[in-house]
Amino acid sequence: MSKPLTVWDLPREEYLAPGHRMCQGCGAAIAFRHILKATGKDVIITMPTSCGEITSTVYPHTAWRVPWIHVAFENAAAVASGIAAGIEALKRKGFIPKDKDIKVVAIGGDGGTFDIGFQALSGTLERGDNVLYICYDNEAYMNTGIQRSGATPLGAWTTTTPVGKVWRGEWRPKKRKDLIAVAIAHNVPYAATANPAFPVDLYMKVKKALSIKGPKVIHVLSPCVPGWRIEPEKSVEVGKLAVLTGMWINYEYENGTYRVTTPVPKRKPVREYLRLQGRFRHLTDEEIKKIQELVDAEVARINKLVGKEVIGPVEG
Amino acid sequence: MSLPGWKQLPIGAVILTPGSSVEYKTGEWRTLRPEIDQEKCIRCRTCWMYCPEGAIQEVEEPYKTKTGREFKLTYKVDYDYCKGCGICANECPVKAITMVEEVI
Amino acid sequence: MGKVLPLGGNYAVAYAVKACDVDVITAYPISPQTTIVERLSEFVANGELNAEFLHVESEHTALSVAIGAAAVGARTYSATCSQGLALMNELLYIMSYIRLPMVLTIVNRALSAPINIWNDHSDFMSVNDSGWIMMMSASNQEAYDEILLGYRIAEDPRVLLPVITSMDGYIQSHVVEPVEIVSDEEAISFAPKRRSWVTLDPDKPVTMGPVGDPSYYFEFRRQLWEAMKESRKVFDEATEEFAKRFGRKYSAIETYMLEDAEVAIVGMGSFMGTIKAFVDRARRDGVKVGALRVKLYRPFPSEDIARALSNVKLVGVMDRALMPGSAAGGHLHHEVAFALRQAGLETKTIGFIAGLGGRLLTMDNVKQMVNVLINYKDKTVKELPKEPIFIGVRE
Ligand SMILES: Cc1ncc(C[n+]2csc(CCOP(=O)(O)OP(=O)(O)O)c2C)c(N)n1
Ligand code: SF4
Ligand code: SF4
Ligand code: SF4
Ligand SMILES: [Mg+2]
Repeated sequence: MSKPLTVWDLPREEYLAPGHRMCQGCGAAIAFRHILKATGKDVIITMPTSCGEITSTVYPHTAWRVPWIHVAFENAAAVASGIAAGIEALKRKGFIPKDKDIKVVAIGGDGGTFDIGFQALSGTLERGDNVLYICYDNEAYMNTGIQRSGATPLGAWTTTTPVGKVWRGEWRPKKRKDLIAVAIAHNVPYAATANPAFPVDLYMKVKKALSIKGPKVIHVLSPCVPGWRIEPEKSVEVGKLAVLTGMWINYEYENGTYRVTTPVPKRKPVREYLRLQGRFRHLTDEEIKKIQELVDAEVARINKLVGKEVIGPVEG
Repeated sequence: MSLPGWKQLPIGAVILTPGSSVEYKTGEWRTLRPEIDQEKCIRCRTCWMYCPEGAIQEVEEPYKTKTGREFKLTYKVDYDYCKGCGICANECPVKAITMVEEVI
Repeated sequence: MGKVLPLGGNYAVAYAVKACDVDVITAYPISPQTTIVERLSEFVANGELNAEFLHVESEHTALSVAIGAAAVGARTYSATCSQGLALMNELLYIMSYIRLPMVLTIVNRALSAPINIWNDHSDFMSVNDSGWIMMMSASNQEAYDEILLGYRIAEDPRVLLPVITSMDGYIQSHVVEPVEIVSDEEAISFAPKRRSWVTLDPDKPVTMGPVGDPSYYFEFRRQLWEAMKESRKVFDEATEEFAKRFGRKYSAIETYMLEDAEVAIVGMGSFMGTIKAFVDRARRDGVKVGALRVKLYRPFPSEDIARALSNVKLVGVMDRALMPGSAAGGHLHHEVAFALRQAGLETKTIGFIAGLGGRLLTMDNVKQMVNVLINYKDKTVKELPKEPIFIGVRE
């Protein structure tokens, strides 16, 4: 391993221009900035229909300073595969210089990844296309007004999992779909989770992923102000708490090895993460206990994969 | 304002001007305004790193505090785009940023 | 001139795609299209065609891949039909609006349900608003030639629209006919790779597929209308040039014995062979019947059709797809009737629906249609049937 990066390694160049219309305090916007710092200018981005897409490209304005394309909701991975194939063919035929390294990165929301775009993503990963797929996960369909997705966590209020006499927010009584496990099941060389509250870690992972040929997946937690019902200044704090409580684990998988990149020797109780967010406000002690159990199980699973206790027990 | 007709627009809605969103000044969204106390700021880059708008500028402008500390860099808010979310103030490790009411 | 090979329509098309030196091929198997991509796979596998071949997991992805590849400037090809085309639907509209060229072959097949792999035009007609240039061939040679025409027209900077070429499933796709194939050099010289459109290029970053709010969306749709109109000129130039180089002349419509015809049948695709054969027979009996085949469906050759039918009293328009609940019954009837009306002609029309789901068209069926036309030819518009007449269906 080379020496760990610091905040001073982040390049000053901004490839996401200001003037985009993401909400005040949007976690995804922070993630996009650092993803682009890592890709540099020689990249082509594909993005499915999502918050990120509609807020950044309202004609005639675009926030993107790199080539970017949106086609539809369920196909960011497929479009990326087509771009990669086109570049490959055109290089072979001499239309694009052979030594020109153009990276292809798809950035999709959780709906566009876990749900409607899942099949196309599987195709891209299965074929081994030279694409980096990044899911920015705000845990619901935000663009259309906060509806539940396959990534919505247990107990979360959304407009389609409202809290009523019978329903108590998101009902799925277990851990949500594990995107990294799905990626690994496709035999990808690299997969990682990241979080914009830890931009250096995110930057490092995008850089590393882009240095590897083949399909790669990075799953990025993206705190969302209206969707999570948080104060705009809290989105980074919430992102940090996700990691400090073990609700989210920053780790990477590379050629069969798992590594936690943000170790947490002593965890905070999940309650501290949940209580900052209006979407969890209705939860009872009993319900929070259930979420804590799910987190404990996931922490144990990751520790086991890593081979040592990198995420510690809940403190006192 | 009169908008261009279909003959004037580049075909296929392709936007040929990268980063043209800079024409859209999101500073108007702001109700609270971050102010950086250059005396307190320790030039740690945290606010620059976390701003969702990239509205904290890191400039090569030397600064000497009253206590004699010298810095090569200065952090400034680009009020054209700052939406006033308050993340910078919340995350600044030395509380050098205060959010003040925007007076119109 | 080129070699003549005995080829089914699908193989003919595969040869044409190879000759056009496509860069990216992406398709998903569906009968009766499958042998196109099988043959293309062989070409790539043997090193005869230097292209990226993407084995995608659906037609939706096939067209998504094609859009991505075309967006970086690659010459792209795909083929599908029926359910596959229906799965692509969303992306057809997007590709034409982003103004990316490609060629897609539809091997015409019925749409489910009931599931049916046989030929009609329901798939083809279902995408007739998608902003693609659309042609339908009636022979394997023509199916081959449409690929060359397709790339030349699609990539013309005055057009920049994707092109659908088509042939009838099984009737053409799997029936061997002699097809003259041109050399790769001749094909490329006719349809040169112009890379004439804006592409995704890090040295010149652009944004494709942005949000078009109410203050802009309409303008881009308006542009599409114009590009479609412009493509007609380019089609005519291309077919002219094609005739010069290869000796085969195509036009937007093909007319048969219309000069003195009192009644005529208008239709598309391979059935027109049967109809022409019947016209020959009827003519021997002194019946003044003619035929008109529409080859170019989008942009629709309204003026050509009106001109060709101006002296005909009654036209029977044979559709091989149904528009349930519509006024015209079928898409082609709808278009033809409107074309005649716009031209200020008295020519009357009757709609026929025939050959759905692979039901064959017999000489008796054609005779039935012609008899209907003769019976009604001197009636007033008011006296004409108000609904389409279904030909060959059991009561
Ligand atoms: C085929 C299709 N179905 C539905 C939609 C409507 N739609 C657009 S974006 C979206 C949700 C996006 O959610 P996600 O991928 O999580 O991104 P987010 O907006 O949350 O960032 C939906 C339902 C669509 N555009 N296309
Ligand atoms: S809804 Fe959420 S994800 Fe979308 S722009 Fe706002 S904060 Fe960002
Ligand atoms: S976070 Fe605070 S201390 Fe750090 S650079 Fe910004 S203002 Fe200065
Ligand atoms: S208030 Fe928000 S938008 Fe403004 S500078 Fe601070 S972090 Fe950036
Ligand atoms: Mg989402």
